[in-house]
Amino acid sequence: MADTTKEGVSRRGFLSWLGLAWTAFSAAMAASGIALARFMFPNVLFEPPMSFKVGRPEEFALGVDERFKPQGVWIVKTTKEIFALSTVCTHLGCTPNWLSAEQKFKCPCHGSGYYVSGVNFEGPTPRPLERFAVFVADDGQVVVDKNRIFQYEKGQWTDPQSHILLS
Amino acid sequence: MPGLKDVMESVKESQVWKSVARNPLPSNARTRALAVLNNVFLHLHPVRAPQSGIRLKYTWCMGGLTFFVFLVEVITGILLMFYYRPTVEFAYADIIDLREQAPLGLMRELHRWGAHTMVITVWLHMMRVFMTGAYKPPREFNWVVGVVLLLLTLLLSFTGYLLPWDQLAMWAVTVGTNMARATPFVGYEGPGAALLKLGDINLVHSADDVRFALLAGRFVGEATLLRFYVLHCVAIPFVATILMAVHFWRIRKDGGISGPM
Ligand code: HEM
Ligand code: FES
Repeated sequence: MADTTKEGVSRRGFLSWLGLAWTAFSAAMAASGIALARFMFPNVLFEPPMSFKVGRPEEFALGVDERFKPQGVWIVKTTKEIFALSTVCTHLGCTPNWLSAEQKFKCPCHGSGYYVSGVNFEGPTPRPLERFAVFVADDGQVVVDKNRIFQYEKGQWTDPQSHILLS
Repeated sequence: MPGLKDVMESVKESQVWKSVARNPLPSNARTRALAVLNNVFLHLHPVRAPQSGIRLKYTWCMGGLTFFVFLVEVITGILLMFYYRPTVEFAYADIIDLREQAPLGLMRELHRWGAHTMVITVWLHMMRVFMTGAYKPPREFNWVVGVVLLLLTLLLSFTGYLLPWDQLAMWAVTVGTNMARATPFVGYEGPGAALLKLGDINLVHSADDVRFALLAGRFVGEATLLRFYVLHCVAIPFVATILMAVHFWRIRKDGGISGPM
């Protein structure tokens, strides 16, 4: 190249090095930005486990069992089936109360009401409570798996994992 | 016997006084301007204000009042931090302690009422700026800075609301943050989130979406309390302070408070 100066670095060469340096610098800044964002997502949660055992099917009485409400489920037993209802109101996420005299779940936040089945019938909520996966483990105990959700409005309550059929 | 005047004279002659105050007491337009320019706090303020700009009927002094209430919040907030511990075990009890046992139980009330007041004055200030057309060029950018300040004010209120850790706080924040579930693409119930899939694995779910980052968990818990505490006491005030400095500086650089049409 003819435009090499006495010092040995051409203008063009200098500019392309500068471009490379800026590119590398921007890439490093972008990477550290992503790493910083990742910092806000904890790896370990101090929350109850998502999957747990609740006891044998025959141990449950007919109706709503409130013992596992702290873990976020009501275990409901009918003459036909056992299922696990989520305690999270499908309106905006408060925890409804089980009113046994009125046989309904009633949310204190904005008044949504649900039947024992979890289907909504009053208040602002747009859809029924969600159900979690349930199955009987090898030791005969019912396992609730909150990682898998079954929604009535999507026709998922007929899924074999959404309930335990009693025969 | 030396009179008060002589004492003042000798104080002003002293090296200590001269080292702190760089200018003599302002006595004319020039020295008054110098006093403003040479002071780190005053220099954000314009050296001169047009007479129309300081009419109470024009500004309602609403921006100034908002800033004043912000200062009240900073001072009372720092004082509350001496008693309050952001943990599930202590948070609620410390709030009760602040009200019932700590000297000047008024402090917490001041902070709470101040928070409400600031939200009200910041809206009124925005309304005044809108009604007087003060957002027009060259002040468009300061309007934008103002919108961010409004957002930060509301976020300060929201994050502070969780700290008493009572039923109201828990569920208000549960309900409030649940809306983040519906954020497009980055909230797990939002539009587009269901499209982000690898095979049948959801990439955006309840343990990695924006709400999760906000709560540091799947629901409002101790990690959330700590996160909101840090946002409320450090992060948001830090950003708001910087933006207020920019806001005030821009008023000055945009030619002072706007005049009548
Ligand atoms: C933390 C919140 C805020 C503080 C402390 C603040 C403070 C101030 C102060 C002290 C003034 C001088 C005039 C006056 O007092 O009215 C001012 C002017 C102004 N503010 Fe704000 N402000 C805030 C939020 C906002 C918001 C939400 C907006 C609108 C979106 C806004 C837009 C403006 C504009 C455009 C001016 C110039 C007005 C003029 O020249 O007449 N500010 N602000
Ligand atoms: S959150 Fe239950 S009714 Fe609104």
